[in-house]
Amino acid sequence: MMQVFAFYLFASLVIASGAITILARNPVHSVLWLILAFFNAAGLMVLVGAEFIAMLLVIVYVGAVAVLFLFVVMMLDIDFSEMRAGFIKNAPLGVLIAAVLLCELVLGVGAGKTGALELGVANGASATPEGLSNTAAIGALLYTRYLFLFEAAGIVLLVAMIGAIVLTHRQRSDTRGQNVGRQVARRPEDATVNVKPAVGQGVTL
Amino acid sequence: MIGIEHYVVVSSILFVLGVLGIFLNRKNVIVILMAIELILLAVNINFVAFSAFLHDLVGQIFAMFVLTVAAGEAAIGLAILVIYFRGRGTIAVDDVNRMKG
Repeated sequence: MMQVFAFYLFASLVIASGAITILARNPVHSVLWLILAFFNAAGLMVLVGAEFIAMLLVIVYVGAVAVLFLFVVMMLDIDFSEMRAGFIKNAPLGVLIAAVLLCELVLGVGAGKTGALELGVANGASATPEGLSNTAAIGALLYTRYLFLFEAAGIVLLVAMIGAIVLTHRQRSDTRGQNVGRQVARRPEDATVNVKPAVGQGVTL
Repeated sequence: MIGIEHYVVVSSILFVLGVLGIFLNRKNVIVILMAIELILLAVNINFVAFSAFLHDLVGQIFAMFVLTVAAGEAAIGLAILVIYFRGRGTIAVDDVNRMKG
Protein backbone atom coordinates (compact mmCIF):
# COMPACT_ATOMS: atom_id res chain seq x y z
CA MET A 1 0.00 0.00 0.00
CA MET A 2 2.81 2.32 0.98
CA GLN A 3 4.60 1.43 -2.22
CA VAL A 4 1.57 2.26 -4.36
CA PHE A 5 1.20 5.60 -2.62
CA ALA A 6 4.90 6.36 -3.09
CA PHE A 7 4.75 5.41 -6.76
CA TYR A 8 1.83 7.70 -7.47
CA LEU A 9 3.45 10.53 -5.49
CA PHE A 10 6.75 10.26 -7.37
CA ALA A 11 5.09 9.69 -10.75
CA SER A 12 2.74 12.65 -10.49
CA LEU A 13 5.52 14.90 -9.22
CA VAL A 14 7.94 13.88 -11.96
CA ILE A 15 5.32 14.55 -14.64
CA ALA A 16 4.20 17.83 -13.11
CA SER A 17 7.72 19.16 -12.68
CA GLY A 18 8.62 18.01 -16.20
CA ALA A 19 5.65 19.97 -17.53
CA ILE A 20 6.59 23.09 -15.60
CA THR A 21 10.19 22.71 -16.83
CA ILE A 22 9.12 23.19 -20.43
CA LEU A 23 6.43 25.79 -19.66
CA ALA A 24 8.20 28.08 -17.18
CA ARG A 25 8.85 31.65 -18.30
CA ASN A 26 12.18 31.94 -16.58
CA PRO A 27 14.87 29.37 -17.50
CA VAL A 28 16.28 29.53 -13.96
CA HIS A 29 12.93 28.23 -12.72
CA SER A 30 13.05 25.63 -15.49
CA VAL A 31 16.36 24.32 -14.17
CA LEU A 32 15.02 24.16 -10.61
CA TRP A 33 11.93 22.23 -11.72
CA LEU A 34 14.20 19.94 -13.74
CA ILE A 35 16.12 19.18 -10.54
CA LEU A 36 12.83 18.28 -8.82
CA ALA A 37 11.98 16.00 -11.75
CA PHE A 38 15.33 14.23 -11.40
CA PHE A 39 14.87 13.74 -7.67
CA ASN A 40 11.45 12.19 -8.19
CA ALA A 41 12.72 9.98 -11.00
CA ALA A 42 15.42 8.79 -8.60
CA GLY A 43 12.64 8.00 -6.14
CA LEU A 44 10.86 5.94 -8.81
CA MET A 45 14.06 4.00 -9.41
CA VAL A 46 14.57 3.35 -5.70
CA LEU A 47 11.04 1.90 -5.62
CA VAL A 48 12.00 -0.86 -8.06
CA GLY A 49 15.24 -1.56 -6.22
CA ALA A 50 17.74 0.16 -8.49
CA GLU A 51 19.44 2.21 -5.78
CA PHE A 52 22.74 2.61 -7.58
CA ILE A 53 21.26 4.18 -10.71
CA ALA A 54 19.02 6.35 -8.55
CA MET A 55 21.96 7.74 -6.57
CA LEU A 56 23.95 8.15 -9.79
CA LEU A 57 21.06 10.14 -11.21
CA VAL A 58 21.08 12.47 -8.22
CA ILE A 59 24.86 12.87 -8.25
CA VAL A 60 25.35 13.26 -12.00
CA TYR A 61 22.24 15.22 -12.93
CA VAL A 62 21.59 17.33 -9.86
CA GLY A 63 25.21 17.66 -8.85
CA ALA A 64 26.77 18.26 -12.25
CA VAL A 65 24.40 18.78 -15.16
CA ALA A 66 21.81 20.96 -13.41
CA VAL A 67 24.54 23.10 -11.85
CA LEU A 68 26.11 23.47 -15.30
CA PHE A 69 22.74 24.60 -16.66
CA LEU A 70 22.24 27.06 -13.82
CA PHE A 71 25.75 28.40 -14.32
CA VAL A 72 25.23 28.98 -18.04
CA VAL A 73 21.74 30.45 -17.61
CA MET A 74 22.99 32.93 -15.05
CA MET A 75 26.27 33.72 -16.86
CA LEU A 76 24.70 34.63 -20.17
CA ASP A 77 22.92 37.95 -20.17
CA ILE A 78 19.81 37.13 -22.16
CA ASP A 79 16.46 38.83 -22.53
CA PHE A 80 14.23 35.86 -21.87
CA SER A 81 10.95 37.64 -22.55
CA GLU A 82 12.05 38.04 -26.15
CA MET A 83 12.74 34.29 -26.20
CA ARG A 84 9.08 33.63 -25.47
CA ALA A 85 7.98 35.12 -28.78
CA GLY A 86 6.53 32.42 -30.97
CA PHE A 87 5.59 30.28 -27.99
CA ILE A 88 1.89 30.48 -28.80
CA LYS A 89 2.50 30.29 -32.53
CA ASN A 90 4.42 27.03 -32.20
CA ALA A 91 2.02 25.55 -29.67
CA PRO A 92 -0.60 23.95 -31.99
CA LEU A 93 1.96 22.04 -34.06
CA GLY A 94 3.85 20.94 -30.96
CA VAL A 95 0.72 19.78 -29.16
CA LEU A 96 -0.42 17.94 -32.29
CA ILE A 97 2.87 16.10 -32.65
CA ALA A 98 2.96 15.35 -28.92
CA ALA A 99 -0.59 13.97 -29.04
CA VAL A 100 0.21 11.77 -32.04
CA LEU A 101 3.36 10.51 -30.31
CA LEU A 102 1.48 9.76 -27.09
CA CYS A 103 -1.22 7.88 -29.04
CA GLU A 104 1.44 5.80 -30.74
CA LEU A 105 3.17 4.99 -27.45
CA VAL A 106 -0.13 4.04 -25.80
CA LEU A 107 -0.98 1.88 -28.84
CA GLY A 108 2.40 0.19 -28.54
CA VAL A 109 1.89 -0.53 -24.84
CA GLY A 110 -1.64 -1.79 -25.57
CA ALA A 111 -0.36 -4.07 -28.31
CA GLY A 112 2.22 -5.44 -25.93
CA LYS A 113 -0.47 -6.06 -23.30
CA THR A 114 -2.71 -8.03 -25.66
CA GLY A 115 0.16 -10.32 -26.52
CA ALA A 116 0.35 -9.14 -30.12
CA LEU A 117 4.08 -8.64 -29.74
CA GLU A 118 6.57 -11.25 -28.68
CA LEU A 119 8.59 -9.42 -26.02
CA GLY A 120 10.81 -12.27 -24.97
CA VAL A 121 12.10 -12.96 -21.47
CA ALA A 122 15.50 -12.49 -19.89
CA ASN A 123 17.68 -15.60 -19.98
CA GLY A 124 18.70 -15.07 -16.37
CA ALA A 125 22.38 -14.67 -17.22
CA SER A 126 22.57 -11.24 -15.58
CA ALA A 127 20.13 -11.57 -12.73
CA THR A 128 21.10 -10.14 -9.36
CA PRO A 129 22.93 -12.94 -7.52
CA GLU A 130 21.46 -14.14 -4.25
CA GLY A 131 22.59 -12.13 -1.25
CA LEU A 132 24.26 -9.37 -3.26
CA SER A 133 23.12 -5.78 -3.07
CA ASN A 134 22.18 -3.88 -6.20
CA THR A 135 25.40 -1.88 -6.22
CA ALA A 136 27.61 -4.91 -5.70
CA ALA A 137 25.79 -6.83 -8.43
CA ILE A 138 26.21 -3.94 -10.90
CA GLY A 139 29.88 -3.70 -10.01
CA ALA A 140 30.39 -7.43 -10.49
CA LEU A 141 28.85 -7.18 -13.94
CA LEU A 142 30.36 -3.87 -14.97
CA TYR A 143 33.98 -4.68 -14.14
CA THR A 144 33.92 -8.08 -15.81
CA ARG A 145 31.67 -8.50 -18.80
CA TYR A 146 31.24 -4.81 -19.60
CA LEU A 147 34.77 -3.65 -18.78
CA PHE A 148 35.54 -2.42 -22.29
CA LEU A 149 32.24 -0.60 -22.54
CA PHE A 150 32.97 0.97 -19.19
CA GLU A 151 36.34 2.24 -20.43
CA ALA A 152 34.72 3.43 -23.64
CA ALA A 153 32.31 5.48 -21.50
CA GLY A 154 35.35 6.99 -19.81
CA ILE A 155 36.77 7.94 -23.20
CA VAL A 156 33.44 9.53 -24.15
CA LEU A 157 33.64 11.69 -21.02
CA LEU A 158 37.28 12.56 -21.72
CA VAL A 159 36.44 13.64 -25.27
CA ALA A 160 33.49 15.69 -23.98
CA MET A 161 35.72 17.38 -21.42
CA ILE A 162 38.47 18.20 -23.93
CA GLY A 163 35.86 19.35 -26.44
CA ALA A 164 34.20 21.69 -23.98
CA ILE A 165 37.54 23.18 -22.92
CA VAL A 166 38.77 23.63 -26.50
CA LEU A 167 35.46 25.21 -27.56
CA THR A 168 35.23 27.76 -24.78
CA HIS A 169 38.92 28.55 -24.27
CA ARG A 170 40.00 31.83 -25.78
CA GLN A 171 43.24 33.72 -25.98
CA ARG A 172 42.51 37.20 -24.77
CA SER A 173 44.68 39.88 -26.30
CA ASP A 174 44.33 42.41 -23.48
CA THR A 175 46.00 40.28 -20.82
CA ARG A 176 49.75 40.01 -20.43
CA GLY A 177 50.46 36.40 -19.70
CA GLN A 178 53.71 34.71 -18.88
CA ASN A 179 55.86 33.69 -21.87
CA VAL A 180 57.30 30.50 -20.49
CA GLY A 181 59.47 29.75 -23.54
CA ARG A 182 61.19 33.11 -23.39
CA GLN A 183 61.76 32.80 -19.67
CA VAL A 184 63.35 29.40 -19.98
CA ALA A 185 65.50 30.41 -22.94
CA ARG A 186 66.98 33.38 -21.04
CA ARG A 187 70.68 32.85 -20.12
CA PRO A 188 72.72 34.72 -17.49
CA GLU A 189 74.96 36.29 -20.14
CA ASP A 190 71.93 37.80 -21.89
CA ALA A 191 70.64 39.31 -18.67
CA THR A 192 73.73 40.56 -16.83
CA VAL A 193 76.69 42.59 -17.92
CA ASN A 194 79.99 43.17 -16.14
CA VAL A 195 81.37 46.68 -16.55
CA LYS A 196 84.34 48.42 -14.98
CA PRO A 197 83.73 52.18 -15.18
CA ALA A 198 86.54 54.66 -14.82
CA VAL A 199 86.67 56.76 -11.66
CA GLY A 200 84.23 59.68 -11.79
CA GLN A 201 82.33 58.34 -14.76
CA GLY A 202 78.86 56.94 -14.72
CA VAL A 203 77.67 53.74 -16.21
CA THR A 204 75.54 53.77 -19.33
CA LEU A 205 72.79 51.25 -19.09
CA MET B 1 0.14 -3.46 -7.20
CA ILE B 2 2.46 -1.43 -9.35
CA GLY B 3 3.42 -3.21 -12.55
CA ILE B 4 5.67 -2.52 -15.47
CA GLU B 5 2.83 -0.76 -17.34
CA HIS B 6 2.71 2.00 -14.75
CA TYR B 7 6.36 2.76 -15.32
CA VAL B 8 5.99 2.59 -19.09
CA VAL B 9 3.11 5.07 -18.95
CA VAL B 10 5.06 7.48 -16.75
CA SER B 11 8.10 7.36 -18.99
CA SER B 12 5.96 7.76 -22.14
CA ILE B 13 4.35 10.88 -20.71
CA LEU B 14 7.75 12.26 -19.74
CA PHE B 15 9.13 11.50 -23.20
CA VAL B 16 6.21 13.27 -24.88
CA LEU B 17 6.69 16.24 -22.55
CA GLY B 18 10.30 16.44 -23.67
CA VAL B 19 9.34 16.40 -27.35
CA LEU B 20 6.66 19.03 -26.69
CA GLY B 21 9.24 21.18 -24.93
CA ILE B 22 11.48 21.17 -28.00
CA PHE B 23 8.57 22.38 -30.14
CA LEU B 24 7.28 24.98 -27.71
CA ASN B 25 10.60 26.63 -26.91
CA ARG B 26 11.97 26.64 -30.41
CA LYS B 27 13.93 29.84 -29.82
CA ASN B 28 15.41 29.13 -26.43
CA VAL B 29 18.17 26.59 -26.85
CA ILE B 30 18.73 26.25 -23.09
CA VAL B 31 15.21 24.95 -22.60
CA ILE B 32 15.65 22.71 -25.66
CA LEU B 33 18.68 21.14 -23.99
CA MET B 34 16.65 20.66 -20.81
CA ALA B 35 13.89 19.01 -22.85
CA ILE B 36 16.49 16.61 -24.27
CA GLU B 37 17.53 15.81 -20.71
CA LEU B 38 13.88 15.04 -19.92
CA ILE B 39 13.72 12.67 -22.90
CA LEU B 40 16.86 10.87 -21.76
CA LEU B 41 15.43 10.67 -18.24
CA ALA B 42 12.29 9.01 -19.64
CA VAL B 43 14.47 6.50 -21.50
CA ASN B 44 16.40 5.79 -18.30
CA ILE B 45 13.22 5.20 -16.30
CA ASN B 46 12.14 2.73 -18.96
CA PHE B 47 15.49 0.91 -18.91
CA VAL B 48 15.57 0.65 -15.12
CA ALA B 49 11.94 -0.43 -14.84
CA PHE B 50 12.31 -3.19 -17.41
CA SER B 51 15.60 -4.24 -15.85
CA ALA B 52 13.97 -4.55 -12.44
CA PHE B 53 10.84 -6.35 -13.59
CA LEU B 54 12.71 -8.79 -15.86
CA HIS B 55 15.41 -9.45 -13.21
CA ASP B 56 18.15 -8.60 -15.67
CA LEU B 57 20.82 -6.11 -14.63
CA VAL B 58 21.94 -5.22 -18.17
CA GLY B 59 19.23 -2.56 -18.34
CA GLN B 60 20.76 -0.74 -15.40
CA ILE B 61 24.24 -0.99 -16.92
CA PHE B 62 22.91 0.52 -20.13
CA ALA B 63 21.12 3.25 -18.18
CA MET B 64 24.51 4.17 -16.76
CA PHE B 65 25.92 4.58 -20.26
CA VAL B 66 22.93 6.70 -21.23
CA LEU B 67 23.73 8.85 -18.20
CA THR B 68 27.34 9.18 -19.36
CA VAL B 69 26.35 10.27 -22.82
CA ALA B 70 23.75 12.68 -21.43
CA ALA B 71 26.37 14.34 -19.24
CA GLY B 72 28.79 14.67 -22.16
CA GLU B 73 26.04 16.00 -24.41
CA ALA B 74 25.03 18.64 -21.87
CA ALA B 75 28.64 19.78 -21.45
CA ILE B 76 29.30 20.04 -25.20
CA GLY B 77 25.91 21.61 -25.87
CA LEU B 78 26.41 24.30 -23.25
CA ALA B 79 29.96 24.96 -24.51
CA ILE B 80 28.64 25.48 -28.03
CA LEU B 81 25.93 27.71 -26.56
CA VAL B 82 28.51 29.85 -24.75
CA ILE B 83 30.65 30.43 -27.86
CA TYR B 84 27.51 31.08 -29.92
CA PHE B 85 26.44 33.71 -27.42
CA ARG B 86 29.93 35.23 -27.40
CA GLY B 87 29.87 35.66 -31.15
CA ARG B 88 26.31 36.92 -31.56
CA GLY B 89 25.11 38.29 -28.23
CA THR B 90 21.93 36.21 -28.38
CA ILE B 91 20.97 32.56 -28.18
CA ALA B 92 17.91 32.68 -30.46
CA VAL B 93 18.42 29.57 -32.52
CA ASP B 94 15.64 30.08 -35.05
CA ASP B 95 17.98 32.25 -37.11
CA VAL B 96 20.92 29.93 -36.60
CA ASN B 97 21.11 29.25 -40.33
CA ARG B 98 22.82 32.63 -40.67
CA MET B 99 25.93 30.84 -39.46
CA LYS B 100 26.42 29.11 -42.80
CA GLY B 101 28.67 30.58 -45.43
